[in-house]
Amino acid sequence: MRLRLRHTKVGKVRFTSHRDTANHWERAVRKAGVPLAYSAGFTPRPKLSFGLALPTGAESLAEFLDMELADAADWDPAVLPGRLAAALPTGYEVVCMEPCPPGSASLQDAVVACTWRLELAHVSPAEAEEAVAAFATAEEVLLDRERKGQRRTDDIRPAVAGLAVVDKVVAELDGVARPVVSAELVTVGRGLRPTELVAALFPHLDALDVAARVLRTHQWIDDGGVQRELLPVDAPRLHALAGCA
Amino acid sequence: MSSLWARVEPLLARVSKPARYIGCEDGAITPRHAPGKVSWLLAYPDTYEVGLPNQGLQILYNILNERDDAVAERAYAPWSDLEGLMRARSVPLFSVDTHRAAGDFDLLAFNLSAELVFTNVMNMVDLAGVPVRSAQRDEHHPLVAIGGHCAFNPEPLADYVDIAVLGEGEEVIGEITDVVRAWKASGRTPGSRVGVLRELSKVPGVYVPSMYDVEYDGPALRAVTPKYPDVPAVVHKRTVADLGAWPYPRRPLVPLTEVVHDRLAVEVFRGCTRGCRFCQAGMITRPVRERPAEQVRTMIEQGVRAGGYDEVSLTSLSTADYSGIEALTKGLNPAGCGTSEQLTVSLPSLRVDAFTVGLAAQVSGGRRSGLTFAPEAGSWRLRQVINKLITEEDLYGAVDSAFSQGWHRTKLYFLTGLPTEADIDTLGIIDLARNCVRIGRQHTNRASVTVSLGGFVPKPHTPFQWFGQNTTAELRRKVQLVRDASQKAKGVQVKWHDPSATLAEGITSRGDRRIGAVMERVWRSGGVFQEWHEFFRVGRWEDAMAAEGLSTDWYVHRHRDEHEVLPWDHLSAGLHKDFLWQDWQDALREHGVEDCRWTPCYDCGVCTGYGIEHVVASPVPPAGGSQGTGQDLARGGEVPVLLSKRPGPVAAAEGSPQSAAPVAAGAEVVA
Repeated sequence: MRLRLRHTKVGKVRFTSHRDTANHWERAVRKAGVPLAYSAGFTPRPKLSFGLALPTGAESLAEFLDMELADAADWDPAVLPGRLAAALPTGYEVVCMEPCPPGSASLQDAVVACTWRLELAHVSPAEAEEAVAAFATAEEVLLDRERKGQRRTDDIRPAVAGLAVVDKVVAELDGVARPVVSAELVTVGRGLRPTELVAALFPHLDALDVAARVLRTHQWIDDGGVQRELLPVDAPRLHALAGCA
Repeated sequence: MSSLWARVEPLLARVSKPARYIGCEDGAITPRHAPGKVSWLLAYPDTYEVGLPNQGLQILYNILNERDDAVAERAYAPWSDLEGLMRARSVPLFSVDTHRAAGDFDLLAFNLSAELVFTNVMNMVDLAGVPVRSAQRDEHHPLVAIGGHCAFNPEPLADYVDIAVLGEGEEVIGEITDVVRAWKASGRTPGSRVGVLRELSKVPGVYVPSMYDVEYDGPALRAVTPKYPDVPAVVHKRTVADLGAWPYPRRPLVPLTEVVHDRLAVEVFRGCTRGCRFCQAGMITRPVRERPAEQVRTMIEQGVRAGGYDEVSLTSLSTADYSGIEALTKGLNPAGCGTSEQLTVSLPSLRVDAFTVGLAAQVSGGRRSGLTFAPEAGSWRLRQVINKLITEEDLYGAVDSAFSQGWHRTKLYFLTGLPTEADIDTLGIIDLARNCVRIGRQHTNRASVTVSLGGFVPKPHTPFQWFGQNTTAELRRKVQLVRDASQKAKGVQVKWHDPSATLAEGITSRGDRRIGAVMERVWRSGGVFQEWHEFFRVGRWEDAMAAEGLSTDWYVHRHRDEHEVLPWDHLSAGLHKDFLWQDWQDALREHGVEDCRWTPCYDCGVCTGYGIEHVVASPVPPAGGSQGTGQDLARGGEVPVLLSKRPGPVAAAEGSPQSAAPVAAGAEVVA
């Protein structure tokens, strides 16, 4: 049986890579004694498959993975998330978990867009509003970026499905108010990274300084023409999870 | 002092592998600092990936944090990208556990496992905001300590460190803590630093370089003598008598990112008595002390359960020599893991013989990534000189066993520039490799052999400490000889270590206090991470030697005579100097010595001098027995030895004796 699971990755652990995350899960399922199915061969690997990579340094409230349980496996949906959470490094929380219908598309293929919450440093809320407004009305936004070692200039405007300043927070480091931007970025075709969006919004600043916190909040799939969230959680729960971030 | 995390965090978006700086490992401790507690920063002067698996550091980290009066955190050398940002934004060196500034600790204690990291020690002390020279530090600054194998000749760092600890740290760190706690309690008053150092010099195993005067006679050393009558004339190493009393690390650190040895490590014994004459580790860690088999099993089970590991490495200087090895490896399974996965066992330092390969095959869980043997020298004659008594038959038996059990690649480690080495010995390396390929091709067409060639650096406290190291040009010539010969040898590839790095290692390994200024120049000119070829430039070392008016030939390439005062003569690993000299003379006569674990004592000085003995888990030597004994120790013969006092089954191995290796040969196999 295949289980689909939603988890968070917040705090210091965000500096580990996607590949590290896979190792964290492999260790956690062994520690938690999850009855996983294993691949055949000389070196059997547990059958875990991961969704879209989260950039190193970014946090998330919406990460997904599928795990294949051994045929006769018994699992208690009430117990397993807690056992996994206890076996995972600090910063991971298992949000929800459910059986995956047979024939479901793989996580990599299913997701069409992600929503990001970007906390911006070195720009005022007013500057952020201005940049977001200019972006929203632009026909075309050209960005010079690197892909697979090649520099190229792309129009990134079509990759941004939604953009708004939604909040502001006071930074712990210097007590300055930071604008918070919500952005929905499409993942099909030549996707757009959150730091690339920040670079396009503020071309005269260093995006790595500006994008102080990058948090993925939703991943969206296309369900027969309707966009819906994978394993959705309600707004209060999301808010609570964000509070841990 | 508060955490530096808020200042470190923004830098991490800009550096490679930021996970090295976050801590958060399983097994990490968040200590509670308090004015009455002595705070240690255990620092590893290389990258996180290299330093995290270090067992010595993890052991001390656990022991110190179990004490009521001490806390310990860890730090590793930041990579150059982060160091640049830290210096630009005035962020000092920090601990990874709570991101506390290094300068706020009472002790900065460095673990030194290689000489070329010495410049990183200077760099990290400087990055901590602490003066690099010990004479410039005052009561506000942490005490800078070093330990580990390279602390057995700390003289090149003598002007830069406050204390050097010789030998094993389990017991002595507590005694150091007591002295430092008293210093803190007295208020660390102005001028009190010299007082605490003098107190520390009375702790057995602790060497305080500033308490000694050094006299020179031109380039030669005349004497190193204590400044005060209560400072010992000779500092002796510390040795834990019973490894079973120290089941550490109790909570192994499980890193969140990839490190060099990403598996559980359990130390099965300490010390080695094979007597390989080039090997400093084997000389300075005597005698052999095995961990009781039952304790090894428990540590594996607990470590696997706590860490979620699927692989365990049984560590020691020669794991196939562990007397309970077969019984131990047979009984292992990932108890409590609840998965269908097998626990893979890796045996990092084994011997060259078929028995050992069989063992490796049995426990490797089907993994056949490559097997490494270390014959070290290309001819039997030269292997007698270095006392690595592997016969060609042993090697071929091992290689045949490996290729027949599914391995396609083997690697052979050799040293070049060994005492008495002639070209015929050097060229013998390729003959051995070619024969190994021929044996392998009987099993698989893919059989290949990689020869890995390192330049020999004579080390302090070994019989070869008097030997003049080969020049860079001579090492290059020998490497070229091997490369040329390999052109005609199908399936043989040659890799070699940069001979100019061997020169720098030679300068530091037998250096005296005058080499400190050389290293400081190397460091100040940008020479950090000297073990990493992307950072190493031999020109920095040559320029620094010239600027200090010192001769490389005198420090590195010159043969020493019996009566020369050596820079480490006032530091003792327990080995009598006349024993080492006799062993050097035996080497030159091509005469091997036996492994004294299973044969009568030849009085190297360690057991008798320190009142300790070999401790083994079983009275029955492992199959293959011991090199060079001339005895058939294949199995069954009890040997009069001191058994470990701790409970644990006496692992009398059963079944038919392994016939392949009546006389085992000493070497290392990396499975």
